[in-house]
Amino acid sequence: MCGIFGVMDKRRQMMDGSGIREALSMMNERGSGEGAGYVAYGIYPDYRDCYALHVFFDKACESKAVIDATLEQWGTIEHDEAIPTCDQPGLRVNCTPWRYFFRPDASLAPGSATPEKDVVTNLVMQINAGANGAEVVSSGKNVGVFKSGGAGSWPEAVADYYRIQDYEGYIWLAHNRYATNRPELWERPDPFNLHDWSVVENGKTTTYGANRRYVESFGYNCSTGTDSEVIAYLIDLLVRKHGLDINLAIRALAPPYWDEIDRMPEAEQNLNRALRFAYGSATMNGPFTVVAANPDMMVGFTDRGKLRPMVVGECGDRLYIASEETAIRAMEPNVESIARPAAGEPVIGRVAP
Amino acid sequence: MAKQVTIDAKGMHYTPLNQQIRKAIEDGIDEIVVDNVLGQRFIGNGLRGNTIIRVNGVAGGDLAMFMSGPTVIVSGNAEHAPGNTMDSGKVVIHGSAGDAVAHSMRGGKVFVRGDIGYRGGIHMKQYETQRPILVVGGSAQTFLGEYMAGGLLLVLGLDGVMKAREIGSGIHGGEIVIRGDVDEACLAAGAKKLPLTDEDRARIAPVIREFAADFGLDPEPLVNADYTRIVPASARPFAGKYTWE
Repeated sequence: MCGIFGVMDKRRQMMDGSGIREALSMMNERGSGEGAGYVAYGIYPDYRDCYALHVFFDKACESKAVIDATLEQWGTIEHDEAIPTCDQPGLRVNCTPWRYFFRPDASLAPGSATPEKDVVTNLVMQINAGANGAEVVSSGKNVGVFKSGGAGSWPEAVADYYRIQDYEGYIWLAHNRYATNRPELWERPDPFNLHDWSVVENGKTTTYGANRRYVESFGYNCSTGTDSEVIAYLIDLLVRKHGLDINLAIRALAPPYWDEIDRMPEAEQNLNRALRFAYGSATMNGPFTVVAANPDMMVGFTDRGKLRPMVVGECGDRLYIASEETAIRAMEPNVESIARPAAGEPVIGRVAP
Repeated sequence: MAKQVTIDAKGMHYTPLNQQIRKAIEDGIDEIVVDNVLGQRFIGNGLRGNTIIRVNGVAGGDLAMFMSGPTVIVSGNAEHAPGNTMDSGKVVIHGSAGDAVAHSMRGGKVFVRGDIGYRGGIHMKQYETQRPILVVGGSAQTFLGEYMAGGLLLVLGLDGVMKAREIGSGIHGGEIVIRGDVDEACLAAGAKKLPLTDEDRARIAPVIREFAADFGLDPEPLVNADYTRIVPASARPFAGKYTWE
C-alpha cells in the first residue's frame, strides 16, 4: 500500500501546501496513520544559494552543539532556527525539527566536479551514521522535507504540524505511509532527500540488500533501512556521479526483461544489454512505484511487472503523478488528461529553463 | 412507479456513503443516483437485489465487490479492481479502469468502455451456471487473464493496438477472446491460441450486442470481426514448476 503524490509546475508558478495536503488525504485508506511527509522545491527564496539542512534532534540540548561544530568544520552556517510547528492532538512528537542554511566549503572536496554537493553528501553521511541524536532529513538548496512517524501521523496532522500551507513551492512530493516496520521513527517515512534529489515510493523492493551494498560501495551510508533512501542515493550516483541521462538512469534501475531486449533492434539491444551488465546490482525488483524530483524535473516509474499503481494527470503547466486518480482530481477538478503509463514507460516532466 | 433517490457524495467518506446506499435499498428504492463521487471505495459492496446505482464521477477501488444482483453504472473512470469477487449483477464503466479489473470474479458482467490496467480478469472463475464475463472496449495490459480459472474475457480493442504481453499467464480455465490477431510472443507459457469457431462466435455475439447497446456502438461490425481465442494449454499449467517427477 502507501499513497504517493507529486505535482510540478513547468513554469515555476508557486503552489502552497494546502492543495497537496488535500490530495494526499484522499488516499488515507492507503496508509496506516503511522507516517506521512512532504517535500517542496522553491520554498526558501531568501536563502536560495544556501543548502537548507533539515535536522531532527532527539534532544536539541545535547545534539545541537555537536552538529553546529560539525557544520562549522565543513563550511559556514548562514542562519539556523527551529522549524515552526504547531502541535496536533494525537501526534506524538519525539524530536525537535531544526533547519540550517549552510554554505559548504568547496575547497574541502578538491578535484570534484560538484564539490559543494560532495561536501554536503559527506556531511549527511557522517551525521546520519553517527550515534549523535541527530538525523539530517533534507539537504538541498531551496528545498525542504517535512515528515513524521509514529501514532497519529496521518497526512493532515503532519501537514498541520509543519503548517505546510505556509510554504510555496513549484514541485511538491507527498507520501502517506503504510508502515511495515519501525513506525515510531520520525526519519523513517518518505520523502527521502539528498541535496538535489527527493524520492517517494509506494512499494517494497526485494533487491534492497543488493542495491544497498552496491550504493554503499560508492561511499553512501544507508542509515534508515528504507528503500527510498537507497533509491535517492542510487539516482544521485547514476545521474550526478556517473553522468547518466535521467532516462538511462531509470532504465538502469528498472530495465526491460531479457526477452523484451531480445526483440529490440540491434543497436537498442546493445545499449540495454550494456546497461543491465553495468548496473545489475542497481536493478530494483519487487513491487514499487517511485516518484522522484530535483530542482529541474519530476519523474515517475514503476516496477516492470507493474505491481503498484501510477496515474498521471496533466492540466496546463501542471504535471501530476499519483497512486490514485482521485488525488489528482482533488487538487485539479478540471484535469485535462489522465493516463496510466505502462511499466517501463517512465514519466519525465521538466521545468522550463 | 420506480422509486428514485439522489445522494450527494461530495466530500463524504465511503462509510456513511455506503450506509446511505444500503439504507436506500432497504427502503425499496429502485434507482440510486450518487453524484460527485470522487474515489469513494467499496460502492455497491455485498449488495443484493436488482437496484440500479448510477455513480456520477470517479469510482474508488473495489467497486461492486461481492455484489450479487444490482447494476452499477459509472459515468467516469474506476480505480483498481471493480467487480472484485462479484457474484452476479452488472457493472458498466463508461471511462477506463485501473489494475486487477474483475479480480476473482465469479459471476455477472463487468463492461468497461475504455481501457483497463494490468492483470485484468486475474483469477476469474466459474462453477456450473455461474460464468463471469468481462468485456473491455479499449485495450488491456500485460498479464491479462492471469491465473484465469473460468469465465469469458473479451477485449474489443476499439481505440488502437493492445500492448499486453504474458496473456493468460497461469490460465487453467475459461477463455480470452481478443479482436484481431495476437502475436504468439505475447502469450504466456501455458496459454494457446485457437481460431474462433462459428459456435464460439454464436456464444459471444449476444455479449457483444449487449455491450454495444450499453455504449451506443454499432454491434454488427464487431460481431462479424476476426477474433483470436486463447485458452489453457493444460489444466495444470505449473505441474512441473514446483514439483519434480
